[in-house]
Amino acid sequence: MRTLAQTTDEILTLAAQQFKVARETLSPNDDFFKTLGIDSLQALSLLTRLENHFHVELPDYELQGVSDFCTLAGRIQARL
Amino acid sequence: MIPFDGRTISWQEHDGAIELSLHRRPCNEIGSETLAELESFAEVMRISGGNAHALIVHSEIPAGFCAGADLRELYRRTCQQPVRSGSGVAEVRDFLVRIHAVFNAIDDAPLVTVAAVHGVAFGGGFEFALTADLIVADRTARFAFPELRLGLIPGFGGIPRLKRDLGNGIVRDMLFTGRSINATKAQTAGLVSQVVAEGEALRVARALVSQVGKFDLNTVRAAKKFIKAVPQAELLREIEIFCKLFESPAVAAGLRQFVESDSPLPYLP
Repeated sequence: MRTLAQTTDEILTLAAQQFKVARETLSPNDDFFKTLGIDSLQALSLLTRLENHFHVELPDYELQGVSDFCTLAGRIQARL
Repeated sequence: MIPFDGRTISWQEHDGAIELSLHRRPCNEIGSETLAELESFAEVMRISGGNAHALIVHSEIPAGFCAGADLRELYRRTCQQPVRSGSGVAEVRDFLVRIHAVFNAIDDAPLVTVAAVHGVAFGGGFEFALTADLIVADRTARFAFPELRLGLIPGFGGIPRLKRDLGNGIVRDMLFTGRSINATKAQTAGLVSQVVAEGEALRVARALVSQVGKFDLNTVRAAKKFIKAVPQAELLREIEIFCKLFESPAVAAGLRQFVESDSPLPYLP
């Protein structure tokens, strides 16, 4: 079972890979829309990648208002 | 079939299969221009598509298959007036009747149809994919009906086709929550026939229709006619419900909110 810190770290690594930014520039409390400079369609593509990676289903309504990596990790963690 | 390269779509034949490509940015939103070109495609397919054994619909746009109806055009043409009148509903009805005719023609076409989907297939884009006999989705694909957030139901034939193909659990979940599902979930639900690696949907769709092409075309047509009926009565009922709902002031408000939104998630319910 992953810890929340591990899940957060994996999310940061996946986001860095997907949007081609340096991993060390991302922090758990960052607003991923602002930090990654992504729009809604790109956010959906990240959601898909996270679902595939963690083998979970994340209804988008559970992500309303979520904009930082740490909270996102919590939502995923709750479904692992 | 003579190849065509339009402003929003293009088509050509490839190894005996027709390939319909969507290429309107940002994500193939279906407005009046796309509708007109799709009508031309349906007419050309009816007249000169007889030798083809299959149709593949796919998108050349990186963001996805199709993000649905062009809501900005819909808002501009029907709501952005000092006093909204009944003419807006009449215009919507005309659009729906025309897009239904195109989608019914693709749904009922006497060849095997495959939607090769990547990225977003939302609203009208999902409804477009549902006209196909088979959906091949890559791992980036997501499907959703977000229409209820606008005070509407899906209007391009989505509910009758989803009901035809899937069970109540997934149909009602997708309709009432507006949530999107990924390709794996869609395959589990029976919506998607094959899930493939990112960027591989078109190649796999071509291999699929190549296999179909080995069989006698008349037999394939008979099999399709036997197992896949167009739900005509429900499709007509859908137009009536959509137009009735469209008269509500809540719809104009919802469309305005969408068009003017600075939310980072305007596509999500």
